[in-house]
Amino acid sequence: MARPCSDYSRTDLLRRGLAEAGRGLPAIEPGMPLPAGTGLSRRSFLARGAGLGLAVYGGHALLPRLLEDGIAAAAADPSERVLVSVFLDGGADSLSMLFPGDDPLYRSLRPKLALPASVGTAFAEDPRLRWHPSLTPLATLHGEGKVTVLPGVGYTGPDQSHFTSRHFWEVGATNEALRTGWLGRYLDRVGTPDNPLQGLSLESRLQPALATARVPVASIDSPDRYDFWTRGVWGDVEQRLMEAIGSLGGLPTDGDAALLQASAASRQAARLRQQLLPFTPKDGQPGFTSPVTYPTGEDDFPRRLAGLAAMLGSGLPVRAVALTAPGMYDTHDSQPDALAEGLTITAESLLAFQRDLESRGLADRVLIHVWSEFGRRAEENGSAGTDHGAAGIGFLIGTRVSGTAIGEYPGLAQLDADGNLRATSDFRGLYAALLEDWLGTDAEGIIPSAASFARPRILK
Amino acid sequence: MGAAVYRGPFRREQAERLLWRAGFGPRRGEATALARKGLEAAVFSLTRPGAARMVGPKPHDSKGRGLAPEDAWGHDHLWWLDRMVRTSRPLVERMTLVWHDWFATSLQGVGSQSLMLRQNRLLRRHALGSFGTLLREITRDPAMLLWLSGTDNTKWSPNENYARELMELFTLGAGRGYTEGDVREQARSLTGWTSDWRSGVGQHNFRYARDRHDGGNKRIFGQRGPHDWEDAVRLCLEHSRHPVFFVEKLWSYFVPTAPDARTRDSLVTLYRKEHDVRPLVEAILRHPALYTGPRMVKPPVVYTAGLLRAIGRGVDTDSWSWLSGMTGQRLFVPPSVAGWDDSRWLDTATFRGRWWIANYATQPLSLTDKQAGSLPSQPDELVEGAVRFWGSPTLRPATRRALLEFARRSMADADASWKRRSYPVLITNALRQLVATSPDFQTC
Repeated sequence: MARPCSDYSRTDLLRRGLAEAGRGLPAIEPGMPLPAGTGLSRRSFLARGAGLGLAVYGGHALLPRLLEDGIAAAAADPSERVLVSVFLDGGADSLSMLFPGDDPLYRSLRPKLALPASVGTAFAEDPRLRWHPSLTPLATLHGEGKVTVLPGVGYTGPDQSHFTSRHFWEVGATNEALRTGWLGRYLDRVGTPDNPLQGLSLESRLQPALATARVPVASIDSPDRYDFWTRGVWGDVEQRLMEAIGSLGGLPTDGDAALLQASAASRQAARLRQQLLPFTPKDGQPGFTSPVTYPTGEDDFPRRLAGLAAMLGSGLPVRAVALTAPGMYDTHDSQPDALAEGLTITAESLLAFQRDLESRGLADRVLIHVWSEFGRRAEENGSAGTDHGAAGIGFLIGTRVSGTAIGEYPGLAQLDADGNLRATSDFRGLYAALLEDWLGTDAEGIIPSAASFARPRILK
Repeated sequence: MGAAVYRGPFRREQAERLLWRAGFGPRRGEATALARKGLEAAVFSLTRPGAARMVGPKPHDSKGRGLAPEDAWGHDHLWWLDRMVRTSRPLVERMTLVWHDWFATSLQGVGSQSLMLRQNRLLRRHALGSFGTLLREITRDPAMLLWLSGTDNTKWSPNENYARELMELFTLGAGRGYTEGDVREQARSLTGWTSDWRSGVGQHNFRYARDRHDGGNKRIFGQRGPHDWEDAVRLCLEHSRHPVFFVEKLWSYFVPTAPDARTRDSLVTLYRKEHDVRPLVEAILRHPALYTGPRMVKPPVVYTAGLLRAIGRGVDTDSWSWLSGMTGQRLFVPPSVAGWDDSRWLDTATFRGRWWIANYATQPLSLTDKQAGSLPSQPDELVEGAVRFWGSPTLRPATRRALLEFARRSMADADASWKRRSYPVLITNALRQLVATSPDFQTC
């Protein structure tokens, strides 16, 4: 499988074919606002394949193999910056994640759910607030100046539908008709037609924020699990078979959207398979190893981040990554346990990922953005849960982030008409800053009306 | 004025599309037989089928044991997949799948396969019946009451979860004809449901408890009164925006482009009378847009059932449960209450999932060296054989040419006599895989 592939010589054909690959997001049909996969259904499957041992990884050990496979030509510029978008699905409760422990208003709005001021770590920037005990790993990184908090991020005219609000965040505008993701439009500007890895969904479905109009993007679960084994086929014929996946995907589609989608998937799969050949486990050796220990357990999230660090470490040309955090954040009931469970594995995995990047010398190239479609209602609902709110919480993580909060904590004294937190920063301004200050491209043309949003300071 | 009716030729190709859109693809020879009936009779054979029969080998797990869908992990998926493969009423199963997507409820939130199957029986019972009845019944269905916090919704502490989705996803559409105030008032109307919990039994004894219901006045869509859960459902059904939402959403499961205004209006007229689903589906299945319009990507579970139907194989392995996750459609575990995103089934990850599905489907029939020598060595004959293996699905000429090119080049690689003898076996296995994963076969 790992020998140089005759497919590679067909780069020109692929180049031509992939130029038409992007197809953008579907329109929001009446009443069918954009949902999107959360990858939950993958858990059951991957639970079976988990438990891969993680040993010490030797720097750029994979690079010679990449060169052998002729892929180094497409390898990343070593200074290329990467943005990793992590989505807390369901509307995470900011008033638990960074909570006003001593505020009597908090206790009266949240008689059952208020966290006691005795738990968690104090938030160094604002004496009123404390970190949720499960977010201690983020508190640690914050102490090192590697976390910027957005304590009240949102937008004016907040929509309380999961699907609509999530769509707004994904497309980077409060526009239901927009069909490409904000990161997708960034990739359309800077990406190339033969590199699906430039936009990477680390789960079984495309993350809508990465939906492009022009260039290809990829979804994979893990770089070492992208094989196309076929029973009763081997040798020369297997090589031809792999080539044929790309050929069938390169046939004309006469503008038929479904055929176009199926063809693009086929073509991009063939290309991606080649890009990931170095990660194929061989002779009982795992496809990659990590220099740090990630949380273990049933969830795929830590392993996905470990795989991502290995891919970046090997020089693969990844630019924008999106994935869903573990946990269920739509906590209409039984909130305390559900929230703690999801936040624990999420925060521990992010800390391990950050340490992994630091250990590989990649930390200055990678910035993580953690977001949710909205926060939750200030007042609890009586089912030991909370209903949909407006402004919520977000984080930027990395060695280069400012480490200083963007927008103040909105407080409980002045809620909006629906009893929700008011936004003190706008996600579109944040996106514009990420594009301009981190990714080095003008936000104009990617974020609609970019000029109208103030850019927060995101870097040191 | 009724909706337009397709008047073009109704041949094998059209029958094939109808069987994929309204079911799970043809069994061997089924498309030809259906084409002989003509459009009208073909549609009625789907919308008004006889008594339910299961045709073909009974399902079992990898160890030959019968399925335990209420208890064993993954057997719920196998149980329903088997129905899709063997049913004599494919449209009833397909509509059950539509409602599973429409009222998307997940085992991840319900925690009981038994309650999920109970909901599944409800969806099947009303598959082609009255949407009003279905909506009423789903509102008090135990799995739904757990999934969208219905039993947590009390007069002392209303929970908006079901109220919001009832309007946003089930009857009106996001932001169409209701306000945040309506969400809150609907939540109050829907109070009153409860259940008991016992260790070893779980949630049971689902019931309406009047003392938990908020009997006060509510104002919903401008109508004031002491509304209860039945009023909540009725007000949504009677809402002027509901019929258009309903027919457009139902249409979208069968045709990928929105209906034109005339079609939409005639479907709305048809629907308004009794909220009946069957006549609407009949109108959609006879509509020219279904036969002359663009293709649709087959949903993963439809694709999987169709592969098994095409080769006459039953459910005889557990693997379909975990493989389904790779394709992005594990039954009973939709990604969210909005269901699956039908407009974006295929990407690099789910393409690989389908590759594995096709590989698993053909495995028991894949050829080995024992068959070497009994196969033709002419590339075109090898292609023909592989297409026939899947019941001769319609392929684009360009696809056939690409398959032929693959076979020709592979045979040309055979530079030793043992290769010339063995390669037709390998090529046949590969061609079957390529046909099943071709863009042509992924779509219909």
